[in-house]
Amino acid sequence: MIVAVLNISWQTLADALSLGGIYALMAVGIGLVFGVLRLVNFAYGQLIMAGAYSIAYASVWGWPAWAGVLLCFGVVLALSMLMDWLVFRPLRGHSPAVMLVATFAIAFLLQSIAVLAFGQLGTIASTIGPLNQPWDIGGVEIRKIAIVSIAVAAFCLVLLQLLLTRTSIGLHMRAAAMDFTTSRMLGVRANRVVGGAVLISGLLAAVSAFMLTGRNPQVTPIFGLDDTIIVLAGVVLGGLTRPIPATLGGFTIGFASGILGGALPTNQSQYLPSFLFGAVIVVLLLRPNGLFTRAAAVERL
Amino acid sequence: MTTLALDGLSVRYGPVDAVRGLSLEVKPGEIVGLIGPNGAGKSSTLHAIMGAAPLAGGTVTLGGRSLSGRSSEDVARAGIALVPEGRRIFAELTVEENLRLGLAARRTPANGDALEPAFELFPVLRDFRRRSAGALSGGQQQQLAIGRALVAEPDVLLLDEPSLGLAPRIVDIVFDALAAIRERGLAVLLVEQRAQRTVALADRSHVLANGQLRLTLGPEDAGDTERLISAYLA
Repeated sequence: MIVAVLNISWQTLADALSLGGIYALMAVGIGLVFGVLRLVNFAYGQLIMAGAYSIAYASVWGWPAWAGVLLCFGVVLALSMLMDWLVFRPLRGHSPAVMLVATFAIAFLLQSIAVLAFGQLGTIASTIGPLNQPWDIGGVEIRKIAIVSIAVAAFCLVLLQLLLTRTSIGLHMRAAAMDFTTSRMLGVRANRVVGGAVLISGLLAAVSAFMLTGRNPQVTPIFGLDDTIIVLAGVVLGGLTRPIPATLGGFTIGFASGILGGALPTNQSQYLPSFLFGAVIVVLLLRPNGLFTRAAAVERL
Repeated sequence: MTTLALDGLSVRYGPVDAVRGLSLEVKPGEIVGLIGPNGAGKSSTLHAIMGAAPLAGGTVTLGGRSLSGRSSEDVARAGIALVPEGRRIFAELTVEENLRLGLAARRTPANGDALEPAFELFPVLRDFRRRSAGALSGGQQQQLAIGRALVAEPDVLLLDEPSLGLAPRIVDIVFDALAAIRERGLAVLLVEQRAQRTVALADRSHVLANGQLRLTLGPEDAGDTERLISAYLA
């Protein structure tokens, strides 16, 4: 019904849902680390870029698609852990500004390494290119990657929700995001909680890298950069400190981006970011704490 | 014997001496009160024990093992549980989730009824276990904070002004609970503003002023208002 009224095709809707799903995963990946470290990881996009290059180079070397995806997970996880060891741990407890600038530095460093090592032109991840071919579903043609992304994102989000609510490490992560000092006084292990958040965040980056590469197999040094900036806006839009609002924020901005991208005539698509960020500004003026956060719980005496 | 012992404990914040050379002992099955005016160094003492305030001198030992310089999480896992000032419960989590957080410091693996010690002492927590902790009254939140500390099965319980802001009827519940906790053989160090009630309950009460131990009172001194007042004003 809505689809008919807005004159949006089913393809556009499926595409918007899939982009929303990917952005939701990225948002929760950024949000989890922010929760326990109060650190916005601007280098998240470069993690995704590294993952995308892993898939691309695996296909250049003639590896099968699954091996490329495996390599992507290995590289992204290794980079995440390395970031935690070399940068986040030594800087823990420093001011947010220091940590923010540090993640900017990592982002530029990784991007420069990519330019030097792989060149500006880009590499094609041909093994997962076929995911761009359409499936015929009841007469409507929808890209395979859209269906795959929606399914994978839903699966990951359910799994993550179970982890956060049903396991003790999940409970510890949520508590640490709310009040780290008190959590530690209760015996919650800071290193375990931070390591867990970084690990999950890395896993989500690897999954996102795979799905974004499926959507766009042309991998360049700025791969994932635009997406990360939009997701950061989405995370702020939803509310940064809690997993569910962050996820919803990421989904919303991804979905809106997909719908707008489909609705705008091709020769005006360069205006898409302006529309998106304009909408974010309006929302934050109206709801400074984020779109999906409840009013702060009243503290009682 | 897991006795908590402070020996010559000093805490300094920049140029300010918060605690100066404080020595005391809390044995299993004992409540030791720490009373004194605002800014006397009571909370700083607890923070120093928990590894959350810098130790400028002296030692903290538990059962003879030094805890000086250890992180908060290590101190908690060594068997010392803190009921912090202002309760510091997690308002967005359920009552049960708050209690399960207390299990983080347990030294033995938790089984199915690990939360029972809290429910036994404070039945209201069992009734409201699925409720969000932020929806509890102040008195219930205080019971939750104590329950959360107990499920860690600590040897020592530290309490920072547990009666603050509570109605008299609720204060009775809290103080009765402390007596019951002593019966279980825990060592309890109680920081309080309600001097008279603390002196009456505790096996010994130390009066702290300007970061120094001024006087030690026994339960028999609870009625001696004059002595209490002069200790505060000294």
